[in-house]
Amino acid sequence: MIAEVIVYLFLGIGTAFNALGIAGLLRFPDMYTRMHATTKMTTFGTMFTALAVVIYAIVMYLAGDGVIFPGLAIHTLIAAFALAFTNAVGSHALARAAHKSGIKPSPAVVDRLEEAGL
Amino acid sequence: MTILWLPFVLILVILVGLALIRLYLGPTAGDRAVAVDTVNTLVVAIMILLGVYFQEVIYIDVAIVFALLSFVSTLFIAKYLGGEL
Repeated sequence: MIAEVIVYLFLGIGTAFNALGIAGLLRFPDMYTRMHATTKMTTFGTMFTALAVVIYAIVMYLAGDGVIFPGLAIHTLIAAFALAFTNAVGSHALARAAHKSGIKPSPAVVDRLEEAGL
Repeated sequence: MTILWLPFVLILVILVGLALIRLYLGPTAGDRAVAVDTVNTLVVAIMILLGVYFQEVIYIDVAIVFALLSFVSTLFIAKYLGGEL
């Protein structure tokens, strides 16, 4: 009973944060703010979705039905870790490349990165 | 313990469709790259939920490989946008 509530709560948190990220992707004015919304929100939401699956697998394994649940939990944890690291590095590379290709933030006044000449 | 996984999968698929609107509209190439990155992350979540719904561990292995390969594709798109390729 309590495990069901926790799994539904984590699934709800994950789906709500994914929806907030998509809302930011559709509503924000320029590329950097869109990236700011989607990268953090979808990483957080997908990690909470994976955490719900891990808790479900652990509870089902302790209840004693099914032999696939330890593998399910371990592989889901590996997927969540891979997603956490690759999303951060990928969004950083994308933002740097966008700045180098000349896309400016929409109400930008000061550009310290261009002044530093990197 | 039975969990209703499919409504959450449906919500995530609708979110992928909304991200495709930005992929179509996006004024610059960077916006489209951000939309593709978002779709990749959401597809990993959908694969994890479908794997636990059908009780197949192989779906989650596919999700791991998809996450790593989409990271490589994002890096190459970034190199192309930055003019280093």
